[in-house]
Amino acid sequence: MNETSVKQPLFRMIKRDDVTKSQAMCVRLIAVLLSLIVCAAIITGITGESPVNVYLGIINGAFGNPNRIWVTIRETAVLLLIAVGLTPAFRMKFWNIGAEGQILMGGLVSAAWMIYGAEKMPNGILLVFIIISSAAAGMIWGVVPAVFKAYMNTNETLFTLMLNYVAMQIINYAIVFWEKPAGSNTVGIINSASKAGWFPKLLGGTYGLNVLLVLIVTILVTIYMRRSRQGFELSVVGESSRTAEYVKIDVKRVIIRTMMISGAICGLAGAVIVSGSSHTISTSTAGGRGFTAIVVAWMSQFNPIAMLVVSAFFVFMQQGAIQIATQFGLNENASDIITGIILFFMIGAEYFVQYKFRFGRKKEA
Amino acid sequence: MSAIIIFIQQAVGQAVAILFGASGEILIERSGNLNLGIPGVMYMGGISGLMGAFFYENSTENPVPFVGFLVSVMAALIASAIGGLIYSFLTISLRVNQNVVGLSLTTFGVGFGNFFGGSISKLAGGVGQISVKSTASAYTATIPGLSKVPVIGEIFFHYGVMTYVSVIAALILSWFMFHTRTGLNLRAVGESPATADAAGISVMKYKYVATVVGSMISGLGGLYFVMEYLGGTWTNNGFGDRGWLAVALVILALWKPVNAIWGSFLFGALYILYIYVPGLSRGQQELCKMLPYVVTIIVLIITSFRNKLENQPPAGLGQAYFRENR
Amino acid sequence: MNEMNAIELKNITKRFGSVVANDHVDLTLKEGEILAILGENGSGKTTLMNMLSGIYFPDEGQLFVHGKETVIRSPKDSFELGIGMIHQHFKLIPIFTAAENAVLGLDKDKKGGIAEVNKKIQELIDKYGFDLDIDRKIYDMSVSQKQTVEIIKVLYRGADILILDEPTAVLTPQETEKLFAVLRNMKANGKSIIIITHKLNEVMEISDRVAVLRKGKSIGTIETKDASVDKLTEMMVGEKVALNIDRSEPVDPKKCISVSGLSVRNREGVRILKDISFEARSGEILGIAGVSGNGQEQLLEAIAGLQKYESGEIKFYDENGNETKDKLISFVPEDRLGMGLVGNMNIVDNMMLRSYRESKGLFLNKTGPAEVAKKIVDSLKIVTPDLKTAVRRLSGGNVQKVLVGREIERNPELLMVAYPVRGLDINSSYVIYNLLNEQKNKGVAVICVIEDLDVLLELCDRIMVLSGGKVTGIEDARTTTKEKIGMLMMDSGKGENE
Repeated sequence: MNETSVKQPLFRMIKRDDVTKSQAMCVRLIAVLLSLIVCAAIITGITGESPVNVYLGIINGAFGNPNRIWVTIRETAVLLLIAVGLTPAFRMKFWNIGAEGQILMGGLVSAAWMIYGAEKMPNGILLVFIIISSAAAGMIWGVVPAVFKAYMNTNETLFTLMLNYVAMQIINYAIVFWEKPAGSNTVGIINSASKAGWFPKLLGGTYGLNVLLVLIVTILVTIYMRRSRQGFELSVVGESSRTAEYVKIDVKRVIIRTMMISGAICGLAGAVIVSGSSHTISTSTAGGRGFTAIVVAWMSQFNPIAMLVVSAFFVFMQQGAIQIATQFGLNENASDIITGIILFFMIGAEYFVQYKFRFGRKKEA
Repeated sequence: MSAIIIFIQQAVGQAVAILFGASGEILIERSGNLNLGIPGVMYMGGISGLMGAFFYENSTENPVPFVGFLVSVMAALIASAIGGLIYSFLTISLRVNQNVVGLSLTTFGVGFGNFFGGSISKLAGGVGQISVKSTASAYTATIPGLSKVPVIGEIFFHYGVMTYVSVIAALILSWFMFHTRTGLNLRAVGESPATADAAGISVMKYKYVATVVGSMISGLGGLYFVMEYLGGTWTNNGFGDRGWLAVALVILALWKPVNAIWGSFLFGALYILYIYVPGLSRGQQELCKMLPYVVTIIVLIITSFRNKLENQPPAGLGQAYFRENR
Repeated sequence: MNEMNAIELKNITKRFGSVVANDHVDLTLKEGEILAILGENGSGKTTLMNMLSGIYFPDEGQLFVHGKETVIRSPKDSFELGIGMIHQHFKLIPIFTAAENAVLGLDKDKKGGIAEVNKKIQELIDKYGFDLDIDRKIYDMSVSQKQTVEIIKVLYRGADILILDEPTAVLTPQETEKLFAVLRNMKANGKSIIIITHKLNEVMEISDRVAVLRKGKSIGTIETKDASVDKLTEMMVGEKVALNIDRSEPVDPKKCISVSGLSVRNREGVRILKDISFEARSGEILGIAGVSGNGQEQLLEAIAGLQKYESGEIKFYDENGNETKDKLISFVPEDRLGMGLVGNMNIVDNMMLRSYRESKGLFLNKTGPAEVAKKIVDSLKIVTPDLKTAVRRLSGGNVQKVLVGREIERNPELLMVAYPVRGLDINSSYVIYNLLNEQKNKGVAVICVIEDLDVLLELCDRIMVLSGGKVTGIEDARTTTKEKIGMLMMDSGKGENE
């Protein structure tokens, strides 16, 4: 129908109608390679080191010793968990950029249990409480903007964003009471001696339970999204709310229900971070992962395997960047720049998955 | 009395960066782009200005404050324009989701700021703590005499040049948006790109220019913070969440730059209120810091009652526009 | 070339794929006259006008403006030739004032500022006798005021040829009168005007000449003073065409649904349906005729429970004539991919839209829908690479078969279809007609909204005509004539308010 154009440009972008999965992967791979080259060029430019050394440093940082490997796995698991949590909301086209806040609230509740519940009950029961209540906290944090979205069409992007900072101040408030040592303005490692409320060692690794939990949730969410009636309903709502109404789906209910799930998983991620790895709480407990996970979920197109791969890749680059930062005397924020560059390339690649260059005049439709 | 004057001065000090950020973001959002990359752009503007001044001062024996001022402003503008260009290219030309791009830009920009802020002295050969005293003096200079006038001078003339630039920029933007034809066209693009396109407005051009210029204005907020507020030094993450406050302020200001002027003062005041309210415990102080965000959420909810169409976000906000969809 | 012609179209042809929208159409608009273009839905009026406004480009033919042959490639070209089109769907920014909308995107007279513009627009308002407060925002305006703004926008941009696409469709009779007064005024000021309409009485009232289009062809242009309602109707609907649709006698018709006194208002508060009463019977096809936008959509949605109504009752009955709430209704809406189906989902998932609730437990039963999908694809010969193909990638005809197939597969007691063959080729259309007949023979009550009068006459048992949101007649399809239906469709319900 677009017959208004007069001048035929030298090249045009046309929509690919039949992108195969392998073609799409190809485009994305090219983007990753390009981003790696650009990153290496920048690091080389700054440090004067050869790119080969830079990448060896990155690999060393991510996989250099068993401890580093475990850290890489742990971080991947957390990022994956958050991305999985965001998936139902995004499938419904609900822009939950409040994962940071939901994680913080989950983490806060976990820390509270660790502090107040220690030595009052067996560790196993404490852990159960931690997991359930952290999910509940995240759920509450997620459902508030959903209710307003459902009934008043309040912009969820800005609402969830603001709630992140409300959550941060609540954390700051809690730190006042939990401060240890006094005057440090940090909570310190909670229960460092008794390890009450810490995830136990499992499967031979410190972070075994983290991995197990994340795997379970990932599988459950995948099944929920692909096989359950509720998952189907939320997909329909995301695609077209008119069609949803046509088949008599209660759109308001679906929005609220979906955000409860999304928020709960992000809250659980808070527990995995606090009880499962950092054993402390601060405003940087979420550390921007709530935002990175958005990009992970968006790029993976809700495919759990793709999410795992993308999460692993980001964490690999970040851990690597931390290593080269120390190795070459840079500061650790280099990893954010690298993450940013990779993000730009991979985001841009999505366009080229959908469109391709076509030179010359268009054929008559 | 003097406590109140100091409170006002401090609130203004907090407000300026937020005002720059919000003014720029309003310009961008009026073109239909929800740029969540603004916090990152402000970091980029701040560190680039600082680096510009730093390299200038290191390259010459007797740095002239005014030259340092110009160099740092230019550096900040260029860096934030690049940030805006990245965002524009990805969202306007490549039509990628605005939220995804914005958040990525913030990740990048904050990393960019902290990385160079943390490594600048090392890169320059280990000169220790960076300080650009000479350039900073151009920023912190107040009008002699006037600023000493009791009360009025203390309240209104106690600030560096950027404070006045921020207010003037907001006023000019307001005039531009609501009293010029180009501003009218811009708002049309943000409201309904299809209608604007049909009326012969180049939607792409408007979006690009608004986003890049808006980013440059926002970047000045970072520059102000580094040069005047911090006096020409850098602390990692020192800028904190002010970028997000700027995004929040856009909502409070109902997408009107004039409102951002008093709004930024309100936010600045709320931001430091806890210091001045007597008798607050530390915990209560932390809760007090929550106020700007809570106020924003309340405003957001109130505007969604849709009582007045003019106070709504631009109708096309957040959506990419392709002509084929017409 | 005749210097007296504002516009002359010669041999204009426009095809969309295999469909010929305009077939060697000739049309002349004289300077300073009001020309009415009359034709049924799908007769190609809007397509023809869109070629004047630069939205489409003709495949064949010549175009003269003020006697000079020209090429119109874009809305800008059209506008530079002084042609201004007032579309049915307004392109206005709601939060702007009339003046602000008028100057949008203009480069000229930027100096004066809004005050200067306001002055000029006030002059226009006074000159032509519009009724408009220029400082009012668009969202505060009535539909007729919005239309006024569109007209002013076009005049402000210097148009001397105005094209109005169904301008009275959204107006009350009083507003229509005002509009006509303005049009006469503009004519007196030397403007040339084309008005597209369905309403014969308006044609008779406002136009100097009438051009009639039927099925993409120009039938002729006559002086209004020589025309009569009968003659125009005849020109418009043409001879009855035999289509050879098998129509059986209704099988044991029983009251299935009754609608009484149904009134619906849209979001702007305009009454779309006014006091609608009728009944539909099992084993029969009730056709709904009428110009599109006369409330058909709202009526079907109200019955399907998707549209709130202001007053009136909708009652369903079981086989024994007792009232029941439990009626399986299938509905094929006009907006197939926006409402009936999810374009990004595959055929199986689209089948599941209706059946997913029946799965036991928490999980979806995909085998059932997959079987249904396979059955429908096979029986309706749907062309698709596989069942996993996103529905939006299918052709229009196949999309419709998926939708109709799914709705029929539910074994409905009441089947409602809106524009079931719009955009479909002949073969697909017949597949759909046969499906509707099959359902009728199974004892289903079928209600269908169809544009083509020939089809209505051959397919349906009874035809209900909607005009201006009211029922203007219910006819026996076997005995009524095309002219009669045509007249009922044009019945604008004179003297009615709202």
